[in-house]
Amino acid sequence: MQIVVEDLAKTFRIAERARGLWGAMRGLVRRRSRIVSALDGVSFSLAAGELVGYIGPNGAGKSTTIKILAGILVPDRGRVEVEGRVPWKQRIEHVRRIGVVFGQRTQLWWDLPVIESLEMLRHIYKVPADAFRAQRDELIALLDLGGLLDQPVRQLSLGQRMRADLAASLVHAPSILFLDEPTIGLDALSKLAVRAFVKRLNRERGVTVILTTHDMDDIEALCERVIVIGDGTILSDGTLVDLRNRVTRERWLTIDVADGSAETVGDPDATVIRRDGERVCLAFDPEVISPAQLIQRVTSRHAVRDLFVENPPIETVIARMYER
Amino acid sequence: MSGYLAIVAARFRSLLQYRAAALSGLFTQTFFGLVRIMILRAFYAASATAAAPMALPHVTGYVWLGQATLLLIPWRGDEDVTEQIRTGNVVYELTRPLDLYGLWFARALAWRTAPVMLRMLPMFVLAMLVIPIFVPEWGLAPPPSLAAFVLWLPCFAGAVLISAALTTLMSVTLMWTVSGDGVPILIASCATMFGGLVIPLPLFPDWAQPMLYALPFAGMLDLPSRLFTGDIAVANAPWILAHQLAWTIALVALGRALLRRGVRRLVVQGG
Repeated sequence: MQIVVEDLAKTFRIAERARGLWGAMRGLVRRRSRIVSALDGVSFSLAAGELVGYIGPNGAGKSTTIKILAGILVPDRGRVEVEGRVPWKQRIEHVRRIGVVFGQRTQLWWDLPVIESLEMLRHIYKVPADAFRAQRDELIALLDLGGLLDQPVRQLSLGQRMRADLAASLVHAPSILFLDEPTIGLDALSKLAVRAFVKRLNRERGVTVILTTHDMDDIEALCERVIVIGDGTILSDGTLVDLRNRVTRERWLTIDVADGSAETVGDPDATVIRRDGERVCLAFDPEVISPAQLIQRVTSRHAVRDLFVENPPIETVIARMYER
Repeated sequence: MSGYLAIVAARFRSLLQYRAAALSGLFTQTFFGLVRIMILRAFYAASATAAAPMALPHVTGYVWLGQATLLLIPWRGDEDVTEQIRTGNVVYELTRPLDLYGLWFARALAWRTAPVMLRMLPMFVLAMLVIPIFVPEWGLAPPPSLAAFVLWLPCFAGAVLISAALTTLMSVTLMWTVSGDGVPILIASCATMFGGLVIPLPLFPDWAQPMLYALPFAGMLDLPSRLFTGDIAVANAPWILAHQLAWTIALVALGRALLRRGVRRLVVQGG
C-alpha cells in the first residue's frame, strides 16, 4: 500500500467570544475556547495508481485529511505512512515527492508570468534542466497553456489559473497528487479540461490521485473508488456502485405524458417525487416492482410521449447518507 | 541555483520595479535628513559645550547614513508572509521542500535589502556630493580611512542580518495573533527609538548607554554609521561584528523555536 492512514484524529481549538461589547471586554480578561473535532478515527489505505474521490459536506474533515497527508498539519493521534514516510515528521523529504493543489488558493507567483513561476519551482524542487524541459513541454501541451505562459498570473481567468496551478504541482513529476477541490468555481468547459487531464495523468502515468470535491460529476467522471466522510469519520468506502447499493436501491422513472393527464399519474408501488408540467418523476424500488412492470402499468393508463429510467443523482445518494 | 536563492532573486526583481516609490522616498528622506540636521545643529549651537559626546560632523554623517539605510529598520513583518498567514496560503509554503524559517528569512532578506539598495546609492551621491555644494558642513563626509570604509561593509551586512532576523520574528508572531499587528508594532517602535533614528544613541543619557548598546537595535543603524563616520575607531570594528553576529544568532534561534511551535498548532482557516 502506498498510503496508509490509521485511526487519524485531529482537533482544533476555536476561540470563542461572547456577543456584543461586553463580551469583547470580557474576552480581554478571560479567553474561552471550544474544542472542535475535525477528524475522529479515520482509517483507509490506497494502492499506487488509484484515483480516489474523497467527499463530504463542508466541515467534514476532507481538507484536514489532505493537509495532514501533505505534511502541513500535525494530527493529534493516528498513524500515517505515505510511501513509508510520516508526512509531518519528514516533511521536506515527503513534499519533494508529492504534488498538491488547493482549488481555492494559488501556488503561482501573483506578479510573475506563468513560465517564471514554473522556473521558480524547478529551482525549489531542484529538477534537472532537461527533465524539466520535457515535463514542462508535456504539461503545456496537455493543459493547453501555450498562450498563457507569458501572462502574469493575476491576469488569468480562474479556469486558466487552475490549469496553470495543475502544471505547477507537477513540475517535479510527483508520484502522488492531492487535489483539494480542483474544480471549485470553474465553468463547465474548464471542469471538463481539468477532469480529462487528471484522468490521463492517472491512466497514463500511474499517478495516484486523491481528489476532494463537492461536484459529484467530478466523482462520476473520474473515480472508481469513493470515500465518504462526515463529522470526522468515514461513512463509506468503496466503488460508486457499492455506494449506491448500500444507501439506496431506488431508481427513478421519468415520463412525459401527451394527453394532459400528468396530474393523475401515480402507482401504489412508486412515489411521485416531482411533477413539472407534462413531466412526472416516480421513485421505485426494483425489488418491489421491476422497471418493466411499472412502465407497463403506467403506459396502459396514460398516453406517454417519452420515458427513461435512471439512478438518482449521486448528490441525492450522498444527501441520504448524511441524513442517516 | 538553490530554491532559497531563486525566491530571493524573484523577490528582488519584483521589488526593484518600485522605482517611483524609491524616488519619492529619496525626496522625503533627503528632506527629513535636512530637518534632523537643522535641529541637531541648533541643539549643538545652544548647548555649545566642548564635551558633546559626539562631534558635529559625526552627527551629521550619522543622520545621513540613517536616512540612506532607513528602510533597514523593521517597520513591520514581511508583507508577503503576513498576507499568506492571513489568507491561509501559507499551506503552499509548507508543501515546498524547504525549511520554512529559511524560506521566510530569505524572503525577509530580499524584502529589507532591495528597497535599501535602490535608495542608498542616490542618497550617498546627494549627501556626499550635491548637498556640500550648497551647504558645505551639512553633507556626509567620506570615511576617515579606507579601512573604516572596508570594515563598514561587513558591518552593513551584519545590520541587514539583524534586520532580516527581526522581520522574520515579526512574521512568526503572526501565527499566534490572527490580525495581530501588536508585536510587530512593538518591535518597530523599539527599533525606531533604540536604533538611533530619533536621537543618535550617543546623545542619550550616560545611564542609558549600556542598555542601548546591549539591545539588538543598535546594530542596525547606529554602530555601522558610527564606524563609517569615524566616531568609532577602526580597531573596535570586531566588537560591532560580534554584537551583530551574537544578536543574529539569538534572534534566529528564537524565531526558529517559535516557528516550530507555531507550525504544530497551525490552524488553516477557511478550508
